[in-house]
Amino acid sequence: MSIRERLSGNEAVALAIRQINPDVMPAFPITPSTEIPQYVANYIANGKMDTEFIPVESEHSSMSATVGASAAGARALTATSSCGMALMWEELYVAASNRLPLALALVNRALSGPININCDHSDSMGARDSGWLQIYAENNQEAYDNMIQAFRISEHKDVRLPIMICQDGFITSHAVENIELLEDDVVKKFVGDYEPENYLLNPEQPMALGPYAVSNYYMETKMGQRTAMNNARQVILDVAKEFEAISGRKYGFFEEYRLEDADYAVLIIGSAAGTCKDAIDALRSKGIKAGLLKLRVFRPFPAKEIAAALSHCKAAAIMDRSDSFNGNGGPLGAEVSQALYNAHSSVLTVNYIYGLGGRDIRVEDFIDIYSRLQTIAETGTITDQYDYIGLRK
Amino acid sequence: MSQTVEIRWHGRGGQGAKTAALLLADVAFKTGMHVQGFPEYGPERMGAPITAYNRISDAPIRVHSNIYTPEYVAVVDETLLEAVDVTAGLKKEGAIIINTSQPKEAILPHLKGYPGAVYTIDAKKISLATLGKYYPNSPMLAAVVAITKVMEQEAFLREMELSFQHKFAKKPEVIKGNMEALKMTFKEVQ
Repeated sequence: MSIRERLSGNEAVALAIRQINPDVMPAFPITPSTEIPQYVANYIANGKMDTEFIPVESEHSSMSATVGASAAGARALTATSSCGMALMWEELYVAASNRLPLALALVNRALSGPININCDHSDSMGARDSGWLQIYAENNQEAYDNMIQAFRISEHKDVRLPIMICQDGFITSHAVENIELLEDDVVKKFVGDYEPENYLLNPEQPMALGPYAVSNYYMETKMGQRTAMNNARQVILDVAKEFEAISGRKYGFFEEYRLEDADYAVLIIGSAAGTCKDAIDALRSKGIKAGLLKLRVFRPFPAKEIAAALSHCKAAAIMDRSDSFNGNGGPLGAEVSQALYNAHSSVLTVNYIYGLGGRDIRVEDFIDIYSRLQTIAETGTITDQYDYIGLRK
Repeated sequence: MSQTVEIRWHGRGGQGAKTAALLLADVAFKTGMHVQGFPEYGPERMGAPITAYNRISDAPIRVHSNIYTPEYVAVVDETLLEAVDVTAGLKKEGAIIINTSQPKEAILPHLKGYPGAVYTIDAKKISLATLGKYYPNSPMLAAVVAITKVMEQEAFLREMELSFQHKFAKKPEVIKGNMEALKMTFKEVQ
């Protein structure tokens, strides 16, 4: 029996954490993720869960403590945003290369400067090469559902990688919306107990963790990470299938919305996907074949699947909520283009940057984007391959 | 076709416009609606103008943008009338609800010729009379419910009483005052 509720994205993730009841949660506050450790600390103080909460003095320490707890054999997680994640930079790589299946509830926020507290994806996209799994959400429901699936993916013996569960700062983290929750015992049973194979607090099996790796060994550990990331593909799909059985909600690498017969596609991550769906319905009622590919899993990157899903489209807009400042486009633009090139795709693509520092994107903006795609398909020419959407005039 | 009502709240940081929007989402949810309640933050400081939003619908809500052409606007602090374009995009068949002790005629010149309905409510008077302190939230919430008719007044009062009983479990003495504030607002909003 699902439970009908109305919660903000932060409340939903904190509630998922209560239901998971991990062993350890170190945290340091930063907007807009602050509420997550705040709610969890409340749950602990009120005896609703027995996680060991460690208030630390910085995000460098919160990720260090999460790494330490995970290495010791505990199920551990933390939460952060933006500059907080930037301060965790060193430990992000330590977590991934030591193959520690910890979790990070990330509430996406722009990086400084200028200083800004609102949503974009430059924090997690900056960490795209750190070796973490990354899963994104459109709304509070998906943030909750992804959090519940997180440890099943990260702790799988074929994976053993840290996982980042991302949601859009303020847009979903602070928006109260309807949600369907699972019962505590259903979540508990689904997530299961954590039984690490190798861990520091095992007297039967003394081990060293994080030693120096000479050049003769370093590269093999990287190959190991690559293999694990590759293995995660099947695990993510298997866990999603099991999750569907308990929740009725279906997940994959991405969601296709009216994409099957679409001439014009938008590829996007996060909360703006919902806004895009409203634009698609409006256009479809006028006979314009618009569709959406909403990417849920960015790491591992489902390159072949994306190329296949877009293959029949005439034109596609790849939407990035962060810029790479490489002079050519954003991270999603680069990776989707590579995927299409390798698949010998003939889809005409543009890469649009939107929503930086919380700049709003509206239904009308998407209508305009589809109209640009129509012109591109009709003329066969692309004038602004790499463009910013919604700039002040 | 689904029906969605869009409401924009204007207040100052610390005054409770965000809380009012979240409370409205809460009570609308309890009467079976699909809801969104969310704030738009500028710099985080007390007293700065803030905006909060509600979408209330009989169908799931997917859009995640701010609201630009609301059916209703609620102004929690009348000093904002000079600082913020509160009627921007407000639909003429909609309405604006302003917390003020001034007569409507004194407010109209600030509304840039808005042709739709204008309602005022003296939340301070009601709050002082019923609670002895100035908390604009309960009267503003009731005024918005009375004007937007997003739910029946009786259902609203019933759900609010339950909500107050939960929220003020440790100080039940304020429940009665808050309920009176809601009922008095229903009579006074004009």
